[in-house]
Amino acid sequence: MPLTFDNKIFDDIEKGNKQWQEELDKVFEARPERLTRFSTVSDKEINRLYTPADVRDQDFMEDIGFPGDYPFTRGVQPSMYRGRFWTMRMFAGLGSARDTNKRFHVLVKAGQTGLSTAFDMPTLMGYDTDAHKAKGECGKCGVAIDTLKDIEDLFEGLPIERITTSMTINPPASVIWAMYIAMAENRGIDRKVLGGTIQNDMLKEFIAQKTFMCPPVPSVRIIEDTVEFGTREVPRWNTISISGYHIREAGSTAVQELAFTLADGIAYTEKAIERGLDVDDFAPRFSFFFNSHLDFFEEVAKFRAARRMWAKIMKKRFKAKDQRSWWLRFHTQTAGCSLTAQQPYNNVVRTALQALAAVMGGTQSLHTNSLDEVLAIPTEEAATIALRTQQIIAEESGVANMIDPLGGSYFVEALTNQMEEEAFDIIQKIDDMGGMLSAIEKNFPQQEIADSAYHYQRQIDDNEKIVVGVNKYAVDEEIPVEVLEIDEKLESLQIEKTNRVKAERDNQRVAECLEMVGEACSGKQNIMEPLIAAVKANATLQEVCDVYRKVYGQYRDPGIY
Amino acid sequence: MRQKRRVRVMVAKPGLDGHDRGARIIARAYRDAGFEVVYTGLHQTPEEIVAAAIQEDVDMIGLSSLAGAHKYLFLAVVELLREKAADDIVVCGGGIIPDDDIEKLKESGVKEVFTPGTPLDDIVKWVQNNVTPRQD
Repeated sequence: MPLTFDNKIFDDIEKGNKQWQEELDKVFEARPERLTRFSTVSDKEINRLYTPADVRDQDFMEDIGFPGDYPFTRGVQPSMYRGRFWTMRMFAGLGSARDTNKRFHVLVKAGQTGLSTAFDMPTLMGYDTDAHKAKGECGKCGVAIDTLKDIEDLFEGLPIERITTSMTINPPASVIWAMYIAMAENRGIDRKVLGGTIQNDMLKEFIAQKTFMCPPVPSVRIIEDTVEFGTREVPRWNTISISGYHIREAGSTAVQELAFTLADGIAYTEKAIERGLDVDDFAPRFSFFFNSHLDFFEEVAKFRAARRMWAKIMKKRFKAKDQRSWWLRFHTQTAGCSLTAQQPYNNVVRTALQALAAVMGGTQSLHTNSLDEVLAIPTEEAATIALRTQQIIAEESGVANMIDPLGGSYFVEALTNQMEEEAFDIIQKIDDMGGMLSAIEKNFPQQEIADSAYHYQRQIDDNEKIVVGVNKYAVDEEIPVEVLEIDEKLESLQIEKTNRVKAERDNQRVAECLEMVGEACSGKQNIMEPLIAAVKANATLQEVCDVYRKVYGQYRDPGIY
Repeated sequence: MRQKRRVRVMVAKPGLDGHDRGARIIARAYRDAGFEVVYTGLHQTPEEIVAAAIQEDVDMIGLSSLAGAHKYLFLAVVELLREKAADDIVVCGGGIIPDDDIEKLKESGVKEVFTPGTPLDDIVKWVQNNVTPRQD
């Protein structure tokens, strides 16, 4: 059933279009068009106007349909925001576990509905604060975690049996998750009721975010252990958040973000099936994480295309039968890379537009960046404005009153189709290379992203793309915002705290536990139970990660540019 | 007369920070400008950076940091170069670096700090004006 039933209308449209173009030629002859070429932020060329002729092959029921129905173009739930708003989940982490705990309480009190944790660089890379490589980094871009004691302090007083927690952690995701489970069990909470997400997506680390520890193959093995364990033991947990966010931040186009993210999802699915898991047992716990960038319609189309593509991949390629396996549920973060240090208050507006695109695209949860995030970790005031931005969109703007408000727009539907087609072409290319792991070994996605990033930067430098306050409307200014500073004393305090934990623990027990982790790593046993035992015995994050590094070796950045 | 060689620059990522979009774009811009470029890749310690810079005989090190540890890491590189009597190598930096820190870094021997939004051509020109290639 095509969008428009009457074929005669296409003749009329063609006639009308021709007439309009002739008029237009006259107008532009007198005064030329504003640009010689109009394109999205990803440099995709955009036509002057879209009509039913641009979507004439589209079948409403098959390609668009209803929310909650295959292929989910309009949303994964039948009710979407008529039922409840998206989860407002602000990414937070700074300084010590106690500092971040305080920020969590502030955000929950301000109406945030889910927790999201940012860790510092040493934690993200599997080092303790006292490691030589960690010097100068403690608590700088997130919270420092060395032991279970830190995780306990981080979540103190927060109702983790009710509120879901997202943790942006990758190479040591299994260890931090083990600490979270151990913390809950020490509080008397059953692991089966725990809800949340670990990012745990190593493929995009090699492609874009670049926090890595072990080589790709063993990294994926650890992930599959968490998928298997989660399926059985922590059924409400999202074991992977397959992330396009960092791919986009590293400079990809919207279509590349779409293609590489879904190709990562395909790789994780294939590996889990190889292990003997049934696709419908684990796929419903896969979640996704996308960027919402500057180009409003391109982003909305991207989210809609992503849902439709994943549904097709799951149903047709992997033969999943459970509807929940077909759902692409996603978190969104507005584009950090789009913010400017110049005239930083403008960032509030950028973030609002990007958040609006995420909502119009049907996101399940959202983080809005703070205006000062381009300068440092957000202050409390800046983080509150960012949260209020979401609340204004939800409560005041009216855009959450109906589902998929842009569905049926000739432009948005045409763009959705086009992005899907182009992204599937890239996925085909990756399949031809032997899948994402081989593509990464060949540096294919890395090089593609580097090319796009350089192209975009050159466009800015040549004023082909405008950044307000940077290459147009720039002023001489003092940056007027207050910047949060992390106390340099934190590092020594954190080292003292961890030393106290080490002094009080049973070192014999720690050694035994670490040996069992090592055995699980070199053998076939799932690593999660030995990990939980090790962190309960107060093994540190680095002690466990050193076992990984010893068994699997370390990955080094190939350093391509 | 011996011929002057081209400017040889090292783009380096000190510390654990993984944000390499800027560093890689700068490396490419330097290459396009005709410089010889050595890119260290990620996760280098100050010791590794200084050792590589001396071994590669570079004229300049460009350090990139976006995760807040610039004060310790940039100054450690400057200090180590001094210790190794290699402080004729120009050090500059870039990334997310607050204004107050820029002053401190410059006082301590970092020659220039580039913040977000600086056009690539400005950075290339700065190198052309401030870094003299050594004779081979």
